[in-house]
Amino acid sequence: MQSQPGSFHGEIQMAKKQYAFYPGCSSQKGASASNFVTSIGVMCDKLDIQLNEIPDWNCCGASIGYAEGGELPRLAISARNLALAEQHLPGQDMVSGCPACWLASRETADRLNAHGNLMAETNEALKEVGLNLKGSVKPRHIVEVLIEDVGFAGMKEAVVKPLQGLKIAGYVGCQTNRPFGIAGESFENPQYLDRMVEAMGAEAITAYDQKVACCGGALAFSEPDKAQKQIRDIVESAYDHGAEMIVTPCQLCQANVEIYQSEINKKQGTKFAMPVVYYSELMSVAYGGSAKEAGLGGHVIQPKKLQDIAGK
Amino acid sequence: MNDHNQQAVAHYRNNFLREVEERVEDGEWVKMCMQCGVCAGSCPLGNAWQHTPQKLFMMIRAGKREEVLTTDSMWMCTSCYNCIVRCPRKLPITHIMHGLANYAHRLNLAPKNQPTREVARLFWNNLAKTGRVNELKFSLAMYFKDGVVQGIKNALAMQSVGLGLVKAGRLNPMELLGGHKCKDSGSLHKMIAKAREIEDRKKGFTQ
Repeated sequence: MQSQPGSFHGEIQMAKKQYAFYPGCSSQKGASASNFVTSIGVMCDKLDIQLNEIPDWNCCGASIGYAEGGELPRLAISARNLALAEQHLPGQDMVSGCPACWLASRETADRLNAHGNLMAETNEALKEVGLNLKGSVKPRHIVEVLIEDVGFAGMKEAVVKPLQGLKIAGYVGCQTNRPFGIAGESFENPQYLDRMVEAMGAEAITAYDQKVACCGGALAFSEPDKAQKQIRDIVESAYDHGAEMIVTPCQLCQANVEIYQSEINKKQGTKFAMPVVYYSELMSVAYGGSAKEAGLGGHVIQPKKLQDIAGK
Repeated sequence: MNDHNQQAVAHYRNNFLREVEERVEDGEWVKMCMQCGVCAGSCPLGNAWQHTPQKLFMMIRAGKREEVLTTDSMWMCTSCYNCIVRCPRKLPITHIMHGLANYAHRLNLAPKNQPTREVARLFWNNLAKTGRVNELKFSLAMYFKDGVVQGIKNALAMQSVGLGLVKAGRLNPMELLGGHKCKDSGSLHKMIAKAREIEDRKKGFTQ
């Protein structure tokens, strides 16, 4: 926290909240969600969140790892991450910004802790990399940290540049919402993303009806027509409700819904150009971050109105 | 027919439900289905399924082994988890679909050239090699999975999308020369092989 001129407030240094950070493959430098990691910098800084990267973490297998990976190899790769967090960052919750990473880690932790035989078999495999999992790590999503550890009031308090006048459709998607979701929220109509948008001073379009629809996920690669039908509905509904941009907590949703608009335009004659941003980009701009700090350069469809606010 | 498949048929005879319960991830839940159809109605790709999950559960109980293991239905799962959260009996339907797909793939009964099966195989092999997904190599492998000519066509069709991502800093051409990876991929391979060995022993894929 920066000290305010004329006050002694800043001299009392608040201890930062510490978390073991699991970025995931898409968040690496030069990868498809690299601007997401950029965008959480300012947000975490302002909210006194310190993310400590888990050394040498590996891929979680994502949602199509099951076909070739099967059950135990899939559990083992996620267990390796949990064991690394346990060993190198003891006592810290594991936090991921990617719903697929979070889902795989949490599913693995839950299942291994519930079934002693699976834990034993997984540890037999982990021995090959010199690790052993006790099962003490709690995998969480960054959104859980924001809601549960910071709170909506805390998120709002850090705003220096309210996103006034921006109309935003909150697209939660699937895996941040199901099967685990955010505690206390419904699967069919979760409210937290709209509340986060409102906390940043923007207008949340609560009637947006594609909030928890599926973008096609990994099938955007293998079944493009089927996935693009989903994406078309998601974008079209945002337009129908007067949205100026879509906000999402999911890396794959972000990529699919932004990137394939040009393909849909080409094939179906639509004229889509709906920006799709992460909640963390909104927050970083509202917290005074520059366009660069907020990761706004990482878009194929430019979030012009957000860039304007960041530039003011 | 391959050896593993013949062995499974010989071992379970006409009891396909027992085979699924013992060899498919979360297969022991199948008999809990009460045929309400909420899963079928909740799937975003529901229309694309030749047999919906509800129907597959009844087919398993009816012993329709070949029809279940050769269908492309399970490969339509987008992993959206709608069916899981809506199932009144709390069946882990998404996981059972993944498990069935994996079992059909391992027995080599899953449809040849099924696109999601192919993408899934490429994805796992990509991540297992270095411990982390190399998005560029994965994309190229997908484009070229049906041969060089089709690969060039696919790559050209997606050229503007790819260049847009490069410009936005979200696709790095240098990834082709190596890219992100875990430090000791050798041990990682051994860990995955060990896990596979244990699973094979449990699920009858030995020898």
